[in-house]
Amino acid sequence: MISQGTREQKILLMGLRRGGKSSIRQVIFHGMQPIETLYLESTTKPTSEKLSSLANFVIEEIPGQVDVTNPEFESSKVFKGASTVIYVIDSQDEYLLSLQNVVQVISQGYKIDRNIHFEILIHKVDGLSEDFRLDTKRDIIQRINDDLVDIGAYDADVTFHMTSIFDQSIVEALSRIIQKLVPELSSLTQLLDMFCMRTGVEKAFVFEASSKIYLATDSSPVDAEIYQVCSDFIDVSADLGGLYGTSANTGNSDGREFSTSRFNNGSVICLTRLIKGCLLVCLCTSETDNKITLVEFNADVFREGMEKIYA
Amino acid sequence: MVAPSRKKLLLIGRSGSGKSSMRSIIFSNYTAFDTHRLGATIDVEHSQLRFLGNVTLNLWDCGGQNSFIENYLTTQRDHIFNLVEVLIYVFDIGSQEVPKDMETFKRCLDNLQEFSPNAKVFVLLHKMDLVRVDRREQVFNATMMTLHAHANEFKFQLTGFATSIWDESLYKAWSAIVCSLMSNISALQSELETFAKVSSVQEVVLFEKTTFLLVAHATSDDMDSSSQADPKRFEKISNIIKSYRQSVSKLRTQLHSISLLSNNCVAVLEPLTSNTIIMTVLPKHSADTNMVISNIKASKTRFEELESKSNDLP
Repeated sequence: MISQGTREQKILLMGLRRGGKSSIRQVIFHGMQPIETLYLESTTKPTSEKLSSLANFVIEEIPGQVDVTNPEFESSKVFKGASTVIYVIDSQDEYLLSLQNVVQVISQGYKIDRNIHFEILIHKVDGLSEDFRLDTKRDIIQRINDDLVDIGAYDADVTFHMTSIFDQSIVEALSRIIQKLVPELSSLTQLLDMFCMRTGVEKAFVFEASSKIYLATDSSPVDAEIYQVCSDFIDVSADLGGLYGTSANTGNSDGREFSTSRFNNGSVICLTRLIKGCLLVCLCTSETDNKITLVEFNADVFREGMEKIYA
Repeated sequence: MVAPSRKKLLLIGRSGSGKSSMRSIIFSNYTAFDTHRLGATIDVEHSQLRFLGNVTLNLWDCGGQNSFIENYLTTQRDHIFNLVEVLIYVFDIGSQEVPKDMETFKRCLDNLQEFSPNAKVFVLLHKMDLVRVDRREQVFNATMMTLHAHANEFKFQLTGFATSIWDESLYKAWSAIVCSLMSNISALQSELETFAKVSSVQEVVLFEKTTFLLVAHATSDDMDSSSQADPKRFEKISNIIKSYRQSVSKLRTQLHSISLLSNNCVAVLEPLTSNTIIMTVLPKHSADTNMVISNIKASKTRFEELESKSNDLP
């Protein structure tokens, strides 16, 4: 088997201008407050972000001004080697133009590589009312699928996500998108399932520490609240630690780390550092003192398992 | 029988300067963003807040519109300025009418001198986030100088703070204000120092439970000398934990305790008495937090005693 871990996975971030691409990039990778993104300038040059964790990802933002239909647009160069195209549609705006554009993007990308995942973000849904949200979603999906059938790209791999930077939906969507690119995902999920079952843990996530995207989780459904609190606890432990220490870059240090946060109803969140800048965060609902020790021990075993996978 | 002691706090400042916003953040668990929902305060809003269980803070949030202020300073002045323990005067740092603000401030001090000459005066230069970072200190010093100049005919000692609801500075100011009212702070302080020495920890910090304001802290000498710790850490801890507590409420439960073991620090955050939360920071690479936790449990009664003592004093 050829290991894909060493190769960089290219993710393109596309969409018409003012769709919210840069805001997403800033909020996820630079910890910007969502409200501050109002003041972002329009992006003119292709910009890229690197995310090195279980695999190396490069997220390239293609400015909205770039016209894919223009003959000078070197589609082969852009789409070559891309594993995923994330296309951002502003759902609060007139989106018909976006839909035309996205179909062109898909048709061009599809010609170059049939295996590209196309991930359509129906973005800025925070501004739509609950009913209207579903209508918009249905409308967009319907129109795109119709057009794709028309151009003969009916088997392109297209997925839709409803997102907003003002809640966790954007991290959730990006987590799902990036998980598809983690080659060892199924082994990790299995490992996590085993961990949860043996330890008696409700839910476990493997987080990428800096962006707080989760790269893997056990196979039980993800509860948005649990995810949110787990992700906030990562912040709390990093922030509190930062007040007393010098080394702010916790990303590289693979030293021992084990933090817990107990709640009045008896549940506990535990956080341990794994390898490659990943954190294991899990929630146990029934807590006894032995349980924490068990979690700590099994987390070590889990880390060893991961080390073997990535050896 | 001992009645809980009541302390009257006056919160005054011009309309829109941020009085109710800060009150809501500190005492009602609002986030800075939530304060957009607040409307103008009409007349005086009284709120009774228990602090450390036994002290009741009687906070008078005085609406700042001109006609109200005029009323406070004329017809209602004995009602407003009588028996005040603390006057908190809030200045909007971006105010366009500084001379008028100063005039009102002087008139307030004048009345305070007449009715409650022993009150403490705090001035908060608020909305500091609107000033450029590199100019903040300069602006703060200049404004404090003007204020001192205006206040020197009165015998009040002004304590000034630069605050903003968007960072932790608000917690620092309010901790100072509330602690100035507590008679038992020094006893708690020395008890904490003993605790720190006995358990040989680097730092012990005591917070009030509901507001998460700093009550007292003790730092060991070897940590004082190393400059690694953030000088604003106490306010930051208040801020971090308070927003985390908000987030935990989504799971329909409350935060009980946190234990932290990382490269940078080993720390334990535990409830101490029914009104306080204690945070201890252990030396790096010490793996055993259990001893500290049992020490915390053991000192619980002692701290409970100390807290209840605030009743006995006049």
